[in-house]
Amino acid sequence: MQTTVDSDACLSPPYRTMEPAQMSNPGVAAKLSVQELSAWHGEKQVLVRVSLDLPEHEISAVIGPSGCGKSTLIRCLNRMHELVPGATHRGSIQLDGEDIYASGVDPVLIRRRVGMVFQKPNPFPTMSIRDNVLAGLRLTGMRPGDLDAVVESALQQAALWSEVKDRLREPGTSLSGGQQQRLCIARALAVEPEVLLLDEPCSALDPIATTRIEDLLGTLRERYTIVIVTHNMQQAARVSQQTAFLLQGELVEFTETDALFTKPKDKRTEDYVTGKFG
Amino acid sequence: MARPASMRRSRRVGEALIERSMLGCALLSVVTTAAILAILVRQTGEFFAEVPISAFLFDTQWTPLFADKHFGIWPLLAGTFLTSAIAIAVALPFGLLAAIYLGEFATPRIRGVLKPTLELLAGVPTIVYGYFALVTLTPVLQKFMPELSGFNALAPGIVMGVMIIPMITSLGEDAISAVPGSVREGAYALGAGKLATVFRVVLPTALSGIAAAVVLAVSRAVGETMIVAIAAGQQPRLTLNPQVPVETMTAYIVQVGMGDTPTGTLEYRTIFVVGATLFAITFAANLLSQRWARRFRER
Ligand SMILES: Nc1ncnc2c1ncn2[C@@H]1O[C@H](COP(=O)(O)OP(=O)(O)O)[C@@H](O)[C@H]1O
Ligand SMILES: [Mg+2]
Repeated sequence: MQTTVDSDACLSPPYRTMEPAQMSNPGVAAKLSVQELSAWHGEKQVLVRVSLDLPEHEISAVIGPSGCGKSTLIRCLNRMHELVPGATHRGSIQLDGEDIYASGVDPVLIRRRVGMVFQKPNPFPTMSIRDNVLAGLRLTGMRPGDLDAVVESALQQAALWSEVKDRLREPGTSLSGGQQQRLCIARALAVEPEVLLLDEPCSALDPIATTRIEDLLGTLRERYTIVIVTHNMQQAARVSQQTAFLLQGELVEFTETDALFTKPKDKRTEDYVTGKFG
Repeated sequence: MARPASMRRSRRVGEALIERSMLGCALLSVVTTAAILAILVRQTGEFFAEVPISAFLFDTQWTPLFADKHFGIWPLLAGTFLTSAIAIAVALPFGLLAAIYLGEFATPRIRGVLKPTLELLAGVPTIVYGYFALVTLTPVLQKFMPELSGFNALAPGIVMGVMIIPMITSLGEDAISAVPGSVREGAYALGAGKLATVFRVVLPTALSGIAAAVVLAVSRAVGETMIVAIAAGQQPRLTLNPQVPVETMTAYIVQVGMGDTPTGTLEYRTIFVVGATLFAITFAANLLSQRWARRFRER
């Protein structure tokens, strides 16, 4: 279903002639490898032959102006993109060397391995804090023995346990925005994914809640491979090891975060990180 | 200088007039309801001046139009309960499944065709449904159920259920569509399949809206008149057997109201007593559902 749109037909001439650079970070094993990924919403091309390798146990940030395709890129990484009506893609993405878009691969299984946290906290409104954490296990029919241990461990990892341990039966929606977002992180971690995708997880939060989540990401890195989309360049600089800069669906630069912010190779990156546009 | 001022005044007068007349319209409906209530209460009071409440509550027969008069409300309550229960038993599963299909599975094109078609069903006059129950459905059912009499609770109950399916479907679909997409995305992102997402996340989230739809459907069934008056038999009988003739509260009111019972007599007052009972039941149901919905929303 993804190959109905001819990618070349949608490319404007400069893109067609350009040879996209394979951008990777040698030395570290790639957990996710994106090759020549193009994506469309209906007729509109949103990603143009993006290739990048996301190293295991590191935090990769995706930055770029609004509408440049950041959300679309990470939604391709756990096959959420295809849930949008009219959304198509071309290219391949490998998780531990296996193509997640190969025929016969169940997208549901990919989403269990690649968890996702959204821009706006979205705890399930009818569920308690505890049930929210357990939702992934229950909805996917997994039956771990010790539910209490799962709840505590996930909430500990999300740095929320001490705040909610006495009110686990209260509705998830009774928490503050920052707590709700950490609850959503706990919910994603409870199914023990390998990769965690975060789509502007702090954009609806105040600075204190933002700091808590940023600190949390540093500790989660030990166990998970993390991709965070942010429109906040300071945030990318604070939390990530490498940063990808997207512009109009094209991957302009993907390199170590320090290098990208201090000595960008591309003029467009430089203009963006120095605040000339965006 | 004088003209703008007077124009302003006349505009203000006009606005006040419009406001007043709108207030009048709002008051009119309040006054009408109050007047209906007052008449119900007065006639009911006069009825109970002649008939003891115990006879109304504890007698098991309802025969106000016979020489040997009994005023026990239970046979009419049973008739209403039986036909409504059958209707809900038919309408709930079909209506809800249709709502889930339209809300979560149908493509926009199919939904665009199906929803208006279903809503057409709601526009069929109830007298058509009533005769369909009497002259079409009952004979068909009799082929499978030899015991079924020509007038019965089953056929009008089923037909009434079909009649309220569109209502449950339409309101239920509204409730399901009102669930934000972010809730569905949250479930999919956890690796939940379509069925688990729909039945264990979306439906519980839509529950208060669905419950409101069901309560409305129940009051519609309890208040439905024409279908049961035509096809259920107009014989008050304290039974839960769907195969025999029964009479509902509404059908009784029609029977007496259309008959030649003189106004002002005890027989005539019985329709107000039955009306007051009906009113009390639907009123209580609505109150309960409101409180329930509010508690649900607080959770
Ligand atoms: N559901 C959708 N339908 C149609 N177009 C979409 C949809 N979602 C995003 N787009 C378009 O795709 C482009 C990239 O969107 P997105 O990936 O959300 O960008 P970002 O996250 O960087 O702001 C935008 O131009 C947007 O208009
Ligand atoms: Mg976005």
